[in-house]
Amino acid sequence: MHPILAQLRRLLFYLLGWIPLAGMLAYLLAVPGGLTWIEATAVAFPLCLLYAFVCLAAWYPCLATPLERSSVPRFLFTHGVGAVVASALWLFAARTLGRMLAGFEGFAGLDSRLSGDLPLLFGTGVLLYLLAVGFHYVLLAVEASRQAEARLLQASLLARDAELRALKAQVNPHFLFNSLNSISALTASDPAKAREMCVLLGDFLRRTLGLGEKPAIPLEEEISLIHAFLAVEKIRYGDRLKMEETIDREALSAEVPPLLLQPLVENAVAHGIANLVGGGWIRLAAGRHDGLLDIAIENQFDPEAPPRRRSGVGLANVRQRLEARYGNHASFSASATGDRFRVAISLPADTTAAQASAPQDSKERVS
Amino acid sequence: MTTADGRKIRTIIVDDEDLARQVLREFLSAHPEIDIVAECANGFEAVKAATELKPDLVFLDIQMPKLDGFEVLELLGSGMAVIFVTAYDTFAIRAFEVHAVDYLLKPIGAPRFEAALERAKERLSGKLPSTPLPAMDLAAAARPPLQYLDRIPVRDGASVSIIPVSKLDYAEAQDDYVALASQGKKHLKQQTISSLEAALDPSRFLRIHRSYIVNLERVARIEPYGKDSFVAVLNTGAQIPVSRAGHARLRAFLDR
Repeated sequence: MHPILAQLRRLLFYLLGWIPLAGMLAYLLAVPGGLTWIEATAVAFPLCLLYAFVCLAAWYPCLATPLERSSVPRFLFTHGVGAVVASALWLFAARTLGRMLAGFEGFAGLDSRLSGDLPLLFGTGVLLYLLAVGFHYVLLAVEASRQAEARLLQASLLARDAELRALKAQVNPHFLFNSLNSISALTASDPAKAREMCVLLGDFLRRTLGLGEKPAIPLEEEISLIHAFLAVEKIRYGDRLKMEETIDREALSAEVPPLLLQPLVENAVAHGIANLVGGGWIRLAAGRHDGLLDIAIENQFDPEAPPRRRSGVGLANVRQRLEARYGNHASFSASATGDRFRVAISLPADTTAAQASAPQDSKERVS
Repeated sequence: MTTADGRKIRTIIVDDEDLARQVLREFLSAHPEIDIVAECANGFEAVKAATELKPDLVFLDIQMPKLDGFEVLELLGSGMAVIFVTAYDTFAIRAFEVHAVDYLLKPIGAPRFEAALERAKERLSGKLPSTPLPAMDLAAAARPPLQYLDRIPVRDGASVSIIPVSKLDYAEAQDDYVALASQGKKHLKQQTISSLEAALDPSRFLRIHRSYIVNLERVARIEPYGKDSFVAVLNTGAQIPVSRAGHARLRAFLDR
């Protein structure tokens, strides 16, 4: 549907825009053209009204010949032919109108006098049509930018959505229930240990609370959050849980979305270690190469373990967050080989963005 | 109070976390009529202990290494009172479908624990009507809803084997049991062939006979056998009878 014909209000504004053009045409016909003012007005206004609609047809060749993807010859040819055809139509209409008006009193001989002005009319018609072409390209550009804006908004909404879901899932309630049950056990057998676990759990929860508002945190902070999480899990699982880390010093300052890795470590515990009778290890590695931050989390698991619910949700969430935030600049892969499960993430190693927006980060970093 | 015949209530605690077992042990220590005969940290141990020790009461965690709580219960049958103990409230409905006495959520409070224990005692002394589920139906009730099996636990005495359904060649009905043929061995499991059929993915397994379900990936060819009947020859060499209706279903599948 033509954007101007689609709304009556737009059409009215468009036609209003043609009034000065009709005035100019009347001037041309009267002064260089040699018609009387009344004749010129009587010819110019109906002709312009008609041409206003003819020029709307320029929308379709404009649509078919997008500025950025069409060759110059094709562009010139399309609109040249359009202008000539439209203008010829207009001339025909002008002659018909001249002949009709000539029958009225006071307009006698208008048709013959008008035919002398036909070259002038033709030239004006071509120019007006080309003006309309320009106008339609502007319309198309406006439309395109509005669509792009809508798409951008959509994309940022999706990204926001993924972030929110990730943050909502940040603390698995079952982790809390199980931890509270462990504390409950310790209150009788080892009150000091129970108190220690309360403190560790509180420490972990407090850290997760503030993170939601920050767009990014240094990897170092995320890792210290993971340590707080594992300190709690270590009391539950005891020797079954072993953590190994290989982290390059220069990777520590790189920025990551908050709580990006913690759910992955939680997964490694819940789907890996928890299913191994003798326990197993989780390995965390991080390094920087060519402007990228590479992180790998690997854990042992029992390929024959009973199936668990919820598996895969955490992984999908991390993948979506990365996609929404970094697009093609980040990668995510998860694979199982034998009894090892490995998640590898690569994202732009940006050290400046969050430091500029949250310079107080460095002070909060305590591990 | 003790069991009907006056002896102590033989109890097993199953949980992979030491601290979780510790809470139950502590609560149970206030009850002299309870005799904790075993503590197990995974599903295999639980099946072994329960088979050998014949407990009256089992406290059973759900998410554990090797076998989950439902698989343990499925293998043990409903001859004992079971109280599930878990941090997940999502399994409650399934727990009562397998006729668990109660379902305790972690962290466990003393009043709630006492109520569960009281229910278990009533069930054991016969006051609370226990409607033991026939073992054949138990497997169906223990199955996670809305999803097909991807492994079948089977018990031979006190030892447990897990058959991944991808390794199952065919299943054959034998009275109240099904014989599961996998990797050259046959495992007996107390279950009806119909409930097994319902639990298997119909795009991978087909009932080709009143008494047989076959893994479609294993079917090498179909051969006529006598008048009006057929056998399916598996790529393991095994020959399985195919009924007339089964033949139509098999043809429809193979032609697809």
